[in-house]
Amino acid sequence: MGVMIDALPYLMDGLKVTIYIFVIAIIFGFLIGLVIALMRLAPLKILNWIASAFINAIRGTPFIVQLFFIHFGLNQLAWISFESTTSGIITVALNAGAYLAEIIRAGIQSIDKGQNEAARSLGLTGVQNMRHIILPQAFRRMLPAFTNQAIISLKDTSLLSIIGIADLTQRGQVQTAATYKAFEIWFAVGVIYFIVIYLLTLLGNFLERRFELR
Amino acid sequence: MSIIQVKNLKKSFGSLEVLKDINVEIQEKEVLCVIGPSGSGKSTFLRCLNRLEDITDGHVIVNGHDITNRKTNINKVRQEVGMVFQQFNLFPHKSVLENILLAPMKVRLKSKEEAREIALSLLEKVGLKEKANGYPGELSGGQKQRVAIARALAMDPKIMLFDEPTSALDPEMVGDVLEVMKQLAVEGMTMVVVTHEMGFAREVGDRVLFMDGGYIVEENEPNALFRTPQHERTQAFLSTVL
Repeated sequence: MGVMIDALPYLMDGLKVTIYIFVIAIIFGFLIGLVIALMRLAPLKILNWIASAFINAIRGTPFIVQLFFIHFGLNQLAWISFESTTSGIITVALNAGAYLAEIIRAGIQSIDKGQNEAARSLGLTGVQNMRHIILPQAFRRMLPAFTNQAIISLKDTSLLSIIGIADLTQRGQVQTAATYKAFEIWFAVGVIYFIVIYLLTLLGNFLERRFELR
Repeated sequence: MSIIQVKNLKKSFGSLEVLKDINVEIQEKEVLCVIGPSGSGKSTFLRCLNRLEDITDGHVIVNGHDITNRKTNINKVRQEVGMVFQQFNLFPHKSVLENILLAPMKVRLKSKEEAREIALSLLEKVGLKEKANGYPGELSGGQKQRVAIARALAMDPKIMLFDEPTSALDPEMVGDVLEVMKQLAVEGMTMVVVTHEMGFAREVGDRVLFMDGGYIVEENEPNALFRTPQHERTQAFLSTVL
């Protein structure tokens, strides 16, 4: 128990890094997902194709490979030099973006086409229809899936320890190496992740209640 | 000068030709009722009038705009053409008032106060002022449809299209909705009504079209069409529904 308490301040600094990367990556991931989803649904074949190619590329490769490609592969190009944190944020954002794109697309398509027809018959433009009618209804339906993806992305950030980001997991490794108390340290790291993810779940539940389906 | 002109309208879904050669002119303030068996193309015909369906061939001129021309700003044309759907299609995430406010504010760029005033007076007209702050999910079918009519009227349209507006309603709700429509007709609204309500067509319609198999088989003023249908298919249809 003493080992865990001693390690706590050091681990909490790692948690800050984890949360920092997660928050930035999930925001960008959401924006990427929204753009890709709209591209998939756009009436232009070339946009559909680009969006599908992106989604398939991300879904068809392991997260670690994407991380190594961005951090080591792209960094080999003369005009690119990413810090580890940047590589980490980009990878998590792109990865979440692809999965969120499919969630958002499915959510948009789940809205009855009568809604679209009613909005358009009133003279609303396609953009106004999306903004005021389709997306607000679709987002409510997407919330449970959003929470799920946020949890997955948060856990994915633990893999960033491999490229030397001093996140919670990496600091667990450092502490284990320093104290040889693997059981206590990894138990503590696990509990910290669990608490954060539990809070994320509560936030998701709160939002679902706040934006109740009518 | 007619407010809607339909010339040689054809509409296909894939290889299925639903509208074969539709020609009709609709005059300002006219109430045109469209009847016919299901699958006759009457709803598709109506949906071509505001281009909710892409038009395969022919011309549809609404309020002076050829909506078959790709360069026509269809949103501008739709602002003048209200539509009421069989399934109401109210926006469930918005209150009754917000449903009606939305288009006047976003499309006509009216102030919230002005739009609110219009919305409340329309709700009064359809007898639902007390439901302004309720949500569509709390309303009965008949109430929903009256809100949907108010929503369309809030844009102050020149033409109203009704796509089987009472077909999804419990029988006891039908009267209230028809009453609102009748009132509109009396006030001189140009209306195209696809309906199974023969009583309404007879009483309120200025002219009735009978459609079957993608064609307009027969058209006439209601009394003549219902009393002395000329075409065999019209006679057969009317004998099953009257």
